[in-house]
Amino acid sequence: MKKSPVTTIVAIGIGAALFFVLGRFVSIPSPVPNTNISTQYGLLAFMAVLFGPLAGALIGFIGHALIDFSFGWGVWWSWVIASGVFGLLVGLASKKIRLDEGVCGKKEILGFNVTQIIAHIICWGLVAPVLDIVIYAEPLEKLFAQGLFSAISNSVTTAIVGTLFCIAYAAAKPKKGSLKEEE
Amino acid sequence: MENPIISFEKFSFKYNAQAKPTLYDIDLSIRPGEKILIAGPSGCGKSTLAHCINGLVPHSFAGESSGRLSIDGKDSAKLSIFDVSQVVGTVLQDSDGQFIGLTVAEDIAFALENACIGEPELHELVLKAAQSVNVAGHLAHAPTELSGGQKQRVSMAGVMVDDVKVLLFDEPLANLDPATGKQAIELIDLIQKRTGAAVIIIEHRLEDVLHRHVDRIVLMQNGRIIADEAPDRLLSSRLLKENGIREPLYLTALRYAGVEIKEDMQPRSMGSIRLSEEDVEKVRAWYSFGAKTEEKGEKEPLLEIEDLSFAYSRGHQALSDISLRIDKGEIVAIVGNNGAGKSTLSKLICGFETAQSGKMLLEGEDMAGLSIKERADRIGYVMQNPNQMISKVLIRDEVALGLRTRGVDEQEIQSRVDETLKICGLWPFRSWPVSALSYGQKKRVTIASILVLRPKMIILDEPTAGLDYRNYTEIMEFLSLLNKQGVTVVMITHDMHLMLEYAHRALVINDGRLIADSSCSRVLTDAQLIEKASLKETSLYPLALRCGIEDASAFVERFIDYEREVEGK
Amino acid sequence: MRNIFNFIDRPSPIHELTGATKLICLVLWSLAAMTSYDTRFLIFLPLVSFVLFRASRIKISDVSFMLGFTAVFMVLNNVLVFAISPDHGAGVYGTEHILLGRGRYALTAEQLFYHANLILKYLSTIPIVLLFVCTTNPSEFAASLNRIGVKYSIAYSVALALRYIPDIQREYHEISQAQQARGIEMSKKESLVKRLKSASAILIPLILSSMDRIETISNAMELRGFGKNKKRTWYMGRKFSKADIGAIVFCALLCVAALLLNYINGGRFYNPFI
Repeated sequence: MKKSPVTTIVAIGIGAALFFVLGRFVSIPSPVPNTNISTQYGLLAFMAVLFGPLAGALIGFIGHALIDFSFGWGVWWSWVIASGVFGLLVGLASKKIRLDEGVCGKKEILGFNVTQIIAHIICWGLVAPVLDIVIYAEPLEKLFAQGLFSAISNSVTTAIVGTLFCIAYAAAKPKKGSLKEEE
Repeated sequence: MENPIISFEKFSFKYNAQAKPTLYDIDLSIRPGEKILIAGPSGCGKSTLAHCINGLVPHSFAGESSGRLSIDGKDSAKLSIFDVSQVVGTVLQDSDGQFIGLTVAEDIAFALENACIGEPELHELVLKAAQSVNVAGHLAHAPTELSGGQKQRVSMAGVMVDDVKVLLFDEPLANLDPATGKQAIELIDLIQKRTGAAVIIIEHRLEDVLHRHVDRIVLMQNGRIIADEAPDRLLSSRLLKENGIREPLYLTALRYAGVEIKEDMQPRSMGSIRLSEEDVEKVRAWYSFGAKTEEKGEKEPLLEIEDLSFAYSRGHQALSDISLRIDKGEIVAIVGNNGAGKSTLSKLICGFETAQSGKMLLEGEDMAGLSIKERADRIGYVMQNPNQMISKVLIRDEVALGLRTRGVDEQEIQSRVDETLKICGLWPFRSWPVSALSYGQKKRVTIASILVLRPKMIILDEPTAGLDYRNYTEIMEFLSLLNKQGVTVVMITHDMHLMLEYAHRALVINDGRLIADSSCSRVLTDAQLIEKASLKETSLYPLALRCGIEDASAFVERFIDYEREVEGK
Repeated sequence: MRNIFNFIDRPSPIHELTGATKLICLVLWSLAAMTSYDTRFLIFLPLVSFVLFRASRIKISDVSFMLGFTAVFMVLNNVLVFAISPDHGAGVYGTEHILLGRGRYALTAEQLFYHANLILKYLSTIPIVLLFVCTTNPSEFAASLNRIGVKYSIAYSVALALRYIPDIQREYHEISQAQQARGIEMSKKESLVKRLKSASAILIPLILSSMDRIETISNAMELRGFGKNKKRTWYMGRKFSKADIGAIVFCALLCVAALLLNYINGGRFYNPFI
């Protein structure tokens, strides 16, 4: 894909729209009652790899804020910011992954997943709870229990959904090569 | 003579990602106020040529060029994409991609906002532009509230606010129903006359564009311009057909009748063409020579629909009292304007939506209790855009997907996939990734992935959209072949040629009601029906009238039969 | 689904404020509500938002769907807090008055008071967001962001998100139907990993076609001069009136009050137990 400043702006807009649609309408029933598996973090990680840290941060931030706005349960800035930080971290750490050139082998997949797991732990185990303490003075234990659950479930979804997105995107890039028709 | 506004001299261009140039030695000049049609098969370079004119090449798509291209007298290499956009306004094929604003007014205002035009001028200019294309009543509407034709008109207004000297239309007819397409061509003509801008239309649906005057047709093939002539001259040659462009049907019919098309007959439209008495006689003779072949075998019903009604939750009645029957072994076309309910009908058949009342029988069995998946075993559904269906990397896996989810054993899967790949002509590519295929081949993959489930019937939404004439013919011949092997085919389409040539019967839907169920030739020669359902009459109809043939529908039948014979279809 | 954000267009003084004003007020109000945990202040804020709701002519029935979410959310959060930290109130207020029961889950006056405060905190922050959503035209949102200092290109990306949500939603719906027909399901019967894989099979075509969409839209925008200048104007932009300035000053005062209260109370909490 071509990379121009305008492309990045559009990628942020479309990425946030996708994040929103996945977060609001693609809900997968999870084993824990009253929680849903958030497929949108797989998308966010994929977009951050493809379009970089700025796009990743803003897709997470805008997309999450829009979800909160549309539900009317208030905007939970602590979690909104954490989503943005997740996009930023993945974008920063995966500059070496070149999906655009159609490369997505074992090394890239491993790198992608190590990055996303660490980023999820930082965001939900640290950023979100700390902000919640500052804003709402909620008890530490409750916040870290919530954070831990989110970190684990989001890591699992990202590992599956995000990885599959990366593989599919890289495979869809035209490669010059040795394709021959067979008899 | 005025200086050209756009002029290519010995211009060649090669994309960085490609080994060979896409454009070779282009010499073309377009003068202010001219109207040009650029035609050519897929991959001929016409889109790249358009990108060179509007500045996307080289600004968005990098590559190397040689020769010279000047726009409004300036060397294009020295212009930014913004400079070019002051001269050339582009209306893209994808009307949703082009419609950037949240509402009509904001979209029209987009270019003005970027040019920092302030109040009150901004509101005035937007209103003026909206009035010029007749959308002033919709200023506060969101794109989802507009029809395809309205969206396109908003796009026109959005580029006209800049007072551009050249208007470039990329496949303006692609997503419109026939009547709306006709209106679009009329509106383009009107705008050109009013503003005096040069108009460039890229389109392979030649006959539809020639509904209004065009100064020249530029024909491209393999990256070169192979003809740049007035329509009358080009149409009298054989170049179009040789290069995979469909000539207007009335001309094909005249040729079949043995009439030689000459430039001075003014063949550019049915309205202008001059036919001598001798020519008319030839057509009449050809018509009466054809013996009618009425085949009437016993038909067995496959799908019977009785009094089907459906409303989306908001109370808007989408379908009312639809009753119809589709027999085994038929090819049926469902036609009608955008939003008439064609897609809704197919969604009900597939079980994506549930009807409020009415009954559907499949081989005599009530379908009410069948799940989406169970219906899919017998009725396959192929979406318009193959990219919206393909989710696997390899062709084999994509085709096998439906069988795997049904738990068929692996050996059986392999043999059925092999068989399907062979039928679909994909055998040579069996171990390729899907991404290496062309758009037309991807379409085949999606059909294969449905066929592998061995459905009794397949429903295709716009099977030929986005395909040039060669790919169109390939896909349709393939579907006819499948049909001969016993698969019933239902096509939802805007393409009148397609329906005429391949469908045995047409179902016309308008405003949620079935208003006709008849042979295609009868539908397309019924002026009242055509008007009501936003269809477009076939040009064979006025030809029949000109030649004094009263039964126009029979004349159309004769044409189709003859075409099948000569083309070996 | 243009109205996914529940914008309700009715003539009212709140609707007449510019989007930028409402955005600034929302930010200031949220800051004030976040800063303070003073019970009196947290009672005052919901009362004001109730008055504002009346002024905006938004009816309870207009927002009942969203209020339902809020209620469930509030209850769940309180239950979770109590289940995990039943002694949090005692920690916050430094004393312990047992009202009921004994052991770990003994109910203390402090815990009860803390829960009351937590509910008030939600009531201070949530309704005002609802009010903002119901009274702000989405079309004005991007212009407002730009007005308060966000770069116009970033502001426009928000407009693009709002513009394309309905399109992407429809596309997702269509793709998912066609994939279901091929047998892909996300039902509860399957294992989690399998469900996620099925979801991906539906989502991959959506993602790939969205990447094409990004290219088309950015071409369309460049062809119409987006990014040419350092600034741009907005069709939906409006000038500030006196009411706008008044509203901003009022919310700024709320912020000041919140900071003052923190100073007077010697901390964020108002403590009736000492």
